[in-house]
Amino acid sequence: MRDSRQILIGGEAGQGLVTVGQLLSKCLVRAGWRIVVTQGYQSRVRGGHNSWAIRFGSGEIAAPVEPVDLLVALDQESVERHRGELAPGALLIADESLDPLGLPGLRVPFAKLASAKHANVAALGVAGTLLGLAEELLAGAVEELFGKKGTDTTAENRRALAEAYRWTLSTNTSFQLPGQPLAAAPRIMVNGNESLALGALSGGLRFLSFYPMTPSTSIALTVIEHATAMGVVTEQAEDEIAVVNMAIGASFAGAPAMVVTSGGGFALMAEGLSLAAMTETPLVVVLGQRPGPATGLPTRTGQEDLEFALHAGHGEFARALLAPGSPEDCFAIARKAFFLAELFQGPVLVLTDQFLADSYRAVEPFEVRELPAVRAGFAGEVTVPYRRYAAAEDGVSPRLLPGQTRHLVIADSDEHTEDGHLTEDLEVRNRMVAKRLAKLEGLRWEVIQPRLDGPAGAELLLVCWGSSGAAVAEAAAELRERGTTAAALHFTQVWPLDPGQFLGALRAAKRVVFVEGNATGQFERLIRRETGFEAGGNVRRFDGLPITPGYILRALAAAGITQGVSR
Amino acid sequence: MTTVADYGTYETAWCPGCGNHAILGAMKEALASSGLAPHQVLFISGIGQAAKAPHYLNANLFNGLHGRALPAATGAKLANPALKVIVESGDGCTYGEGGNHFLAAVRRNIGLTVIVHDNQVYGLTKGQASPTSDEGFVTKAQPEGVHAEPFNPVETAVALKANFVARGFSGMPEHLTGLIRQALAAPGFALIDVLQPCVSFNKVNTFAWYRQRVRELPAGHDPTDWAGALAVAVRWGEEIPIGVIYRGSRPAFEERVPALAAGPLIGREVDRERLAAIVDHLK
Repeated sequence: MRDSRQILIGGEAGQGLVTVGQLLSKCLVRAGWRIVVTQGYQSRVRGGHNSWAIRFGSGEIAAPVEPVDLLVALDQESVERHRGELAPGALLIADESLDPLGLPGLRVPFAKLASAKHANVAALGVAGTLLGLAEELLAGAVEELFGKKGTDTTAENRRALAEAYRWTLSTNTSFQLPGQPLAAAPRIMVNGNESLALGALSGGLRFLSFYPMTPSTSIALTVIEHATAMGVVTEQAEDEIAVVNMAIGASFAGAPAMVVTSGGGFALMAEGLSLAAMTETPLVVVLGQRPGPATGLPTRTGQEDLEFALHAGHGEFARALLAPGSPEDCFAIARKAFFLAELFQGPVLVLTDQFLADSYRAVEPFEVRELPAVRAGFAGEVTVPYRRYAAAEDGVSPRLLPGQTRHLVIADSDEHTEDGHLTEDLEVRNRMVAKRLAKLEGLRWEVIQPRLDGPAGAELLLVCWGSSGAAVAEAAAELRERGTTAAALHFTQVWPLDPGQFLGALRAAKRVVFVEGNATGQFERLIRRETGFEAGGNVRRFDGLPITPGYILRALAAAGITQGVSR
Repeated sequence: MTTVADYGTYETAWCPGCGNHAILGAMKEALASSGLAPHQVLFISGIGQAAKAPHYLNANLFNGLHGRALPAATGAKLANPALKVIVESGDGCTYGEGGNHFLAAVRRNIGLTVIVHDNQVYGLTKGQASPTSDEGFVTKAQPEGVHAEPFNPVETAVALKANFVARGFSGMPEHLTGLIRQALAAPGFALIDVLQPCVSFNKVNTFAWYRQRVRELPAGHDPTDWAGALAVAVRWGEEIPIGVIYRGSRPAFEERVPALAAGPLIGREVDRERLAAIVDHLK
């Protein structure tokens, strides 16, 4: 196991748990630790059970894990729910009024340290002390967050922190840290959704429409926060049908556009997706996956919409499906999505999920000063009379923007002639189908190479896509430490596929196991359909929780694929 | 100088005698007399016989999905408010399939000129009831007659305070041309519901039926009086008022979007220094 520790803060919605989690995460990042945050929450505003887990260490950690080393329980339910996840030597921090169920740790007299309103800041202080975080670091973060609320609040918070530090030190409790933090090279703390938003802004996003839906809403909220400064129009539309048609209209008129949604909202967008393809209008769609069918588990994670995203929309057309594995990927892939959409004039989908959307990490600051952005439309000379859908070998015709020249731009959702008017000439129909599908060939040239982590020709090759990449790589690394030659093959683009990039690796491995977050093996089936390759096993998870290295290792052992490896 | 000839003449797929022909003519007259050149105009239409209208003149055109012209037009207008964006479609497309978008677009008061060919029937799918069909209207799909209260688009648009609400009649093309010209000049959301007889599938609401009932609003009608306008808007039946029913003064949606204060979105460079500062703030 890579050297790391995990803190889990548990409580009811409305107890300020997210605030404590965010502040503690931020301070760990500022102290030089790497982090992986896993948020678990229920579809309610108050009550229920929520958790914020922070795995931290100084190594290359990027996967969520189950074992908890420090449990900060804000209520009794948190003690009961998470006691089974505690690692050997784990400590519990809980109010003295709660029953620790025999667990070692600190029974904190929160009522004596702070008023009830500031109890969560006191809890932050207790955890921060154990984690070796300087009081000034925490105080600074607390002030940044609450500073505007007035000096009384600030003073109260300072007092609560100071009391918590003094009290915790007086208990002489120690918590074993996972080595030394990294030198304090300044890293940013971002989650997948924020990274997607920043990548889109740097890629040239000018128009974003959305309808609120977990887990994608915070992408829109991040863009909205910066919309005026960055010159982006955002609109919360009346429904997802309006969302997608608005974005298509904006893109047609020249504003690079993106929509963000989840499975249910995406279902409403299916006709629009087909429209973007037919009218050859660039469109970026972010589909934040969560378990279905229907409303499913609205606040949990999954990878169930691959086939849906691949086939959504009536008729046949080219599209690209990208699937980032980390916040860094989210940034780069959002940018790539804009370039592909503009280059090939059609829909590009980004598949993320609740785990990645909400998972905060410490990331090297995105360097945005040198990065190019897309420019909508075609700036060169066009043949006259201008024909929007002029024949082109690669299927890509010069796209002028309406009103920017004296040429008229005509687009139609009906089958159309080269000049954009509807037609029922079946010869034209055949040529247009061929033209649109020719884009698939171009998209293949741009496919992101899947990443092989570990030796080629391993005994065991674990294949995965999207947000589970780090968990699978860590499981493979752990197997190698235990003597099995194992490797991970991680896809961040799942359509189109270029078998030349990966079929050799699949064939070279002794056994290939597909790891994915759904019940039916959608990616495994896609690879078989495209290449004929038969997997030698699978690990599937569909209970709404993220795929972890431990889950993979247990499943492999249970299936008899590996022996005696468990965690 | 723009003339009607600039907007061209095309063969149409409409029935002879269809009310659509006169609306197309009025549209071209209004565009030319408003001094708009074809490349300054963007039509957005849906699906239906009416939605084909913009194919029969010279202008930019996005012919999208059934019911979805309004959101597409909203996006286009927000991307480039300098374009004169005109939505043209039928009653089924705009009030039926696109009903939710109609309510939302009026509420936003987005700067669109919306021309609805309202023939109270579905033509392209051959004669089913539409949202504006009168109660009791018999079709093959509604053999006992329509059981629902008809949707009154003019009443709804006035109630929700669209900036410009009018009703026209395709049997009075000169009057209609005047309405379109006024709508094109009005800021914010402008609706013209155009009574348009369908000679093939609506044997009730014929040219003669409308001609007997339409009444031009009297000179004394004050379109800026909202309550008075609403009282006119609810009228339907033996007498159907036509003309400019309501004029509001709400700011157009696009004027309220801070990001558009610096002009259209298109062609702008990403402000990389600003973005770098945003990234830096996450440390």
